[in-house]
Amino acid sequence: MERAHTLTIQKTCDKDFIRRVEEASEQEVSKCYQCGNCSASCNYTYVYDYPVNQIMRLIQLGQKDIVLRSRSVWLCAACQACTTRCPCNIDVACVMEALRVMSREENTVSLKDVQMFYDEFLKSVKTFGRVFETGLLPVYNLKAMKPFGDMDLAPKVLQKGKLHFLPSRIKGRKHIAEIFERFEEQGKKKQEPREVNEPSHSQ
Amino acid sequence: MNPHIHNEEMFMNRRVAYYQGCSLEGLAHEFDTSTREVCAALGIELVEIPDWNCCGSTPAHSLDPVLSAALSARNLAIAVREGADVVMTPCPGCLKSLKESLEVYHNPHQRQKLLDILGMPFDGEVKAVSVLQLLYEQVGPEAIRERVVRPLSGHSLVPYYGCLLSRPAHFARFDDPENPVSMDRLMEAVGASVPDFPYKTECCGATYGVTRNEIVGKLSGRILDMALGVGAEAVAVACPLCQQNLDLRQGQLNRQWKRNFDIPVVYITQIIGLALGIDPKKLGLHKLFVDAGVLLEKRESENSRAV
Repeated sequence: MERAHTLTIQKTCDKDFIRRVEEASEQEVSKCYQCGNCSASCNYTYVYDYPVNQIMRLIQLGQKDIVLRSRSVWLCAACQACTTRCPCNIDVACVMEALRVMSREENTVSLKDVQMFYDEFLKSVKTFGRVFETGLLPVYNLKAMKPFGDMDLAPKVLQKGKLHFLPSRIKGRKHIAEIFERFEEQGKKKQEPREVNEPSHSQ
Repeated sequence: MNPHIHNEEMFMNRRVAYYQGCSLEGLAHEFDTSTREVCAALGIELVEIPDWNCCGSTPAHSLDPVLSAALSARNLAIAVREGADVVMTPCPGCLKSLKESLEVYHNPHQRQKLLDILGMPFDGEVKAVSVLQLLYEQVGPEAIRERVVRPLSGHSLVPYYGCLLSRPAHFARFDDPENPVSMDRLMEAVGASVPDFPYKTECCGATYGVTRNEIVGKLSGRILDMALGVGAEAVAVACPLCQQNLDLRQGQLNRQWKRNFDIPVVYITQIIGLALGIDPKKLGLHKLFVDAGVLLEKRESENSRAV
């Protein structure tokens, strides 16, 4: 885990990062005065490397690398407790979401397995038009090297007749795939030389 | 406004497009069946959106908000094409996606990008609500109270709302973000006793059941512990993911907490359905992982005026 060093903080300040976060989230992060309500309300502080109030401060200080590589950004569940209690009316959860999108673009996602799960999920949507739970979990578990993850649940689910062996394919699945393709095209146009937006798990 | 519905009073409120979402096709099947049963019993006609697709859920949000908006906009656009002006979904995650899609559409900086990715006509003239909001605002506790044939008198239930049904306030525009009461009022209307529940909106661990199981263990275990602490015999929920974490994963919570929680986690639509006299099987009560048969026990009312 990287730490911000007070003496060199001016050197590592990326002013454009502050602007980009504010623009993407449409929130004024500069309004945060560190009351700490967000962190006090957050159920995930105990697993974060930086409590969410520190994430807000690090954004104000332009510490792009630390913020976009933090575990906190990918452990946020978007539960909205921080947003609900911010006295400055900053949509903090929305800022965290913007950071997740940016960390994907910069290829600095800290929790590769969470990203991998999300990417497998989206592949399922792109292929079938809906999520195929039964197919998604084993693929994720194998790729994440957790072959026995949630194995204890399988017999219960089977017994209740809730295990589906075939995906539910919609007629419009081609349209869904096109939505993804058009989105990927736009991403390529936006940032020409860099390879982006195609969910990748080369790590 | 839809031109077809001008002449029929209340019709607008009684016929809604229905978006069930992927969870309700799989693990939360009983949320779907109980929603359909209760709405039919209360005179609300649900018209399933033909060929609906997945909203993309949390994963799509992490990729790009406009991609997420486009996935939901397809469902909304089909609903509008079918003549709907209200889309109802039982799933708060799907609801978030539908409403964010409308926000993106109404944002002048993002609308064109949304329409370019969507690739079909969409005018944004539709509203999205949860089944809880529909039952609470369009039907109301009083109307439901009048229809009760099998009161849940003597049963103590706590309402667990989770994160998204009333939060954030400017977005949800429903109930109170810190102390929601809609489920409390609905359950009181069907005769149950509803203790004050301090963890109404504390997060259950959301999607981390798969990737960070111990987080769900900690957060969901805490919710069940509090439910028992205030004397509840069952937890009422209105979210398929909350339900899955608290019910399907209850064995995992027991191992992590070295406890023996054995507390049913029941959908609000199942609770209302039982009180309306609908067959428990039609409500999918037997599909829950922790047996909820205790709710079928007939008990003396603590307060004869409760119903």
